[in-house]
Amino acid sequence: MAKSQSASLDRKKLLGDPIMVTTIVVLIAFLTLFILYPLAILLVDSVVGGSDPDLSVFERIRRSGLTLDVFKRIMGLSNFRKAITNTLKVGFVVGIASALIGLLFAYVEEYVKLKTKFMGGLFKVVSMLPVVSPPFVLSLSMIMLFGKAGLITRYLFKIYDNSVYGFWGIVVVQTLTFFPVCYMMLKGLLKNIDPSLEEAARDMGASRFKVFMTVTFPLILPGLGNAFLVTFIESIADFANPMIIGGSYDTLATTIYLQITGAYDKQGAAAMAVVLLLITLFMFAIQKYYLERKSTATLSGKASRARMLITDKSVTIPLSIMCSALALFVIMMYVCVPFGALFKTWGFDFHLTFKWFGLVFTKYKGFKAFKDSFVLSLIAAPITALLSMIISYLVVKRKFVGKGFIEAVSMLAMAVPGTVLGIGYIRGFARGLFGTDILKGIYGTGLILVIVFVVRSLPTGTRSGISALRQIDKSIEESAYDMGADSLRVFMTVTLPLIKDSFLSGFVTAFVRSITAISAIILLVTPSYLLITVQINEFAEKGSYGIACAFATILIVITYGSVLLMNWVIKRFGTSRQVKVKEEP
Amino acid sequence: MAKEKKGVRLEHISKIYKDPKTGKEFYAVKDANIFIEPGSFVTLLGPSGCGKTTTLRMIAGFESPDEGEIYLGDEPINALTPNKRDTAMVFQSYALLPHYNIFDNVAYGLKLRKMDKEVIKKKVTDILALVGLEGMENRMTNQLSGGQQQRVALARALVIEPGVLLFDEPLSNLDAKLRVSMRTEIRRIQQEAGITAIYVTHDQSEAMAISDKVIIMNKGIVEQISTPQDAYYYPNNQFVADFIGEANFLKGTVKGQDVVNISGSDVRCATGSIAVGSDCSVVLRPEGARLSDAGNIKVKVVYSCFMGSYQDYHVKVGDTLVKIQEYNPRNLKIYKVGDEAFLNFAENTLYAL
Repeated sequence: MAKSQSASLDRKKLLGDPIMVTTIVVLIAFLTLFILYPLAILLVDSVVGGSDPDLSVFERIRRSGLTLDVFKRIMGLSNFRKAITNTLKVGFVVGIASALIGLLFAYVEEYVKLKTKFMGGLFKVVSMLPVVSPPFVLSLSMIMLFGKAGLITRYLFKIYDNSVYGFWGIVVVQTLTFFPVCYMMLKGLLKNIDPSLEEAARDMGASRFKVFMTVTFPLILPGLGNAFLVTFIESIADFANPMIIGGSYDTLATTIYLQITGAYDKQGAAAMAVVLLLITLFMFAIQKYYLERKSTATLSGKASRARMLITDKSVTIPLSIMCSALALFVIMMYVCVPFGALFKTWGFDFHLTFKWFGLVFTKYKGFKAFKDSFVLSLIAAPITALLSMIISYLVVKRKFVGKGFIEAVSMLAMAVPGTVLGIGYIRGFARGLFGTDILKGIYGTGLILVIVFVVRSLPTGTRSGISALRQIDKSIEESAYDMGADSLRVFMTVTLPLIKDSFLSGFVTAFVRSITAISAIILLVTPSYLLITVQINEFAEKGSYGIACAFATILIVITYGSVLLMNWVIKRFGTSRQVKVKEEP
Repeated sequence: MAKEKKGVRLEHISKIYKDPKTGKEFYAVKDANIFIEPGSFVTLLGPSGCGKTTTLRMIAGFESPDEGEIYLGDEPINALTPNKRDTAMVFQSYALLPHYNIFDNVAYGLKLRKMDKEVIKKKVTDILALVGLEGMENRMTNQLSGGQQQRVALARALVIEPGVLLFDEPLSNLDAKLRVSMRTEIRRIQQEAGITAIYVTHDQSEAMAISDKVIIMNKGIVEQISTPQDAYYYPNNQFVADFIGEANFLKGTVKGQDVVNISGSDVRCATGSIAVGSDCSVVLRPEGARLSDAGNIKVKVVYSCFMGSYQDYHVKVGDTLVKIQEYNPRNLKIYKVGDEAFLNFAENTLYAL
């Protein structure tokens, strides 16, 4: 049998649709140029001999050949070897802690009867936090609460020399930052466990604890592993928190940053970035191809009916107290930030003042910083949202050569730490493509910052778009196509309106992620652009917490405001109610 | 709807799929040769997995054939995308655009054709009247019942005046009563519009009720193309006989032209071109025989049940179980389980394969 005719006909049909072809070609070019190429150049860069910056990569290969010298050199650096172990240690501890705390919250929400509205509210706030939280906010408040001049350590417990910097500082801050993600993931899993499984075990005489250990826990174990790995990847890719609270405890992300900004060793930094990338890619591969499949396979189908919630006071009270305490603690840490911006001198003078806010806008060009961050993010957000919807549409609804490539590369971007991407852009574009001056013009402009924003948010948007589109019966689009609409019209008049919600939330997520981004940006930003996150980082490092807090407060207000706005817009204009859910024939 | 009616011709059409589990390739449709006359209503009929929907989707352009060529009128259309083909499809799940109201749904195809606003308005109003939905223009699709949504889907396909109208099991989501009234409605509208229609269903009574011709498919192969009557009375093979209506297969031997010996007695039976002396399988429809106290073929009643309009019997002819339905049983003798009786065939009912 030969399938050649249908393949060639499909190709002909595709070519008869120039808009589709152009879109696909442009997409593939974009993904190759701004995701694959920067990563590839890092790899090439670190195995090519010679370091003459005026030569193109090809010329360097011709003259000096390939060598592992750079890797040998960086592996010889004791601080790099230390950074690897540090990163893995932090990632491991944070992964486990976040998964467990996430499980606690998820379990309490799904299994325990929560008496008060207050508790429900707490849980909601906790699940919202990772969405609106700019990075290193928790690091800031950690220092202000538990540091040398910390409110709690110094004034409550009279400890004058507590150091929050280092391993435990990073672990606490990252755990508090990432556990809500685990909570949301595990909540979904627990919800899908059929309660009759557990009831059957109870019925046969197992105690509650025994049921949890022998039924519930084994069922969600793959999901727990999944949550662990996702957090692990986030943790080792995190740049902002280790930067501020790490002190002399360097992780891979900060070491790479210092290697390029401190030691001006771009080639070494490239090789280090390759090491970091390999670690995250490895974890990502396990997560994506092994655990993700397994964790959903064990829990197919919906719960047959509502679960009997645990009302036993000896269970509910301790669990509720534990969760509330943790949630309140997290919330307190966020609340601490605006106060940090309002006190005259944190830790010494608690008179309220608008001095810091004033300074932000007068002396430190606050307006420009907010304008730059805001405008660049506002440009990036619609591009990201539209691009991710187009990618999802192509991946879910169309078949064509190169579809696998588009899907794989846009998902790959999820596993790439910002720092790695930043180095990749420096090495890949500072001297043009392959060091040949082509496209050199975009380096150092706002355009490259926008591109980084887009690339960084693309995977999240694409994922949400794909799951939204899978819900829509494919014959709806086919019918429009059949009526005589071409691909562009089908997309604009049918697909996009149907996934409006996903598009809007993709828009806001991209905006929030962009305006709070730092890891890749900090390596690429030039003095002509002032970005809020970079400013916060700078002042926090200098110890000017008042200014840093003032910047951060305004940033939180902006992000939170956009999320509220999005929810309102979706409620007002959303279409999800009318969308026809796929029907099985 | 004064538009040129178009015929459809499939020449040696095959479609190959890959089994996702085993990775093996198989023919979803194999060497289908079909000619559909302009203006006729033709049904693709068969059990699920027989290739009927694949065939329809190839005509619409959603799938590309691996072998052969499809013609719409005289034009080969293999390489045309669905939006460039003069076909319109009514989908199983209706596939109405949920963010548009009824008017905009029906007007969608017309707007794509850049028609004048007033013309669109008139056409939509007319077609909605034809399908019995006048005055519903401003409703949203989720405010309609299943049957009404189906009418909108039909109106939307009709309004663009396609050369061929395609139906993909359009009634399978409706309840039984509505299915029956909708199918007469579809037939009426098709005749009024005078349009070529290709209709996919697995429901043989639906196919019989609605079609000029049925195309019976099994495992990717076209088994028979004929009028519903011919498919019922002169099936090409056991599959067709069994799929269209109910059928008993009696073992027999051909004795002469139109004479077959069943269980030792010669009966009249259409033998066609089967050679004298060869074994054959005789198709007997349940309503084609009666039980009585006299005759040549002796049977034993193993099941007897009153069904209202008919008495349902299972009887044994030798080892073969035969189902008989005697209509209007009030005036007939009722046999009980265990009774012996004789089988009498009605005139012109037996057909040898």
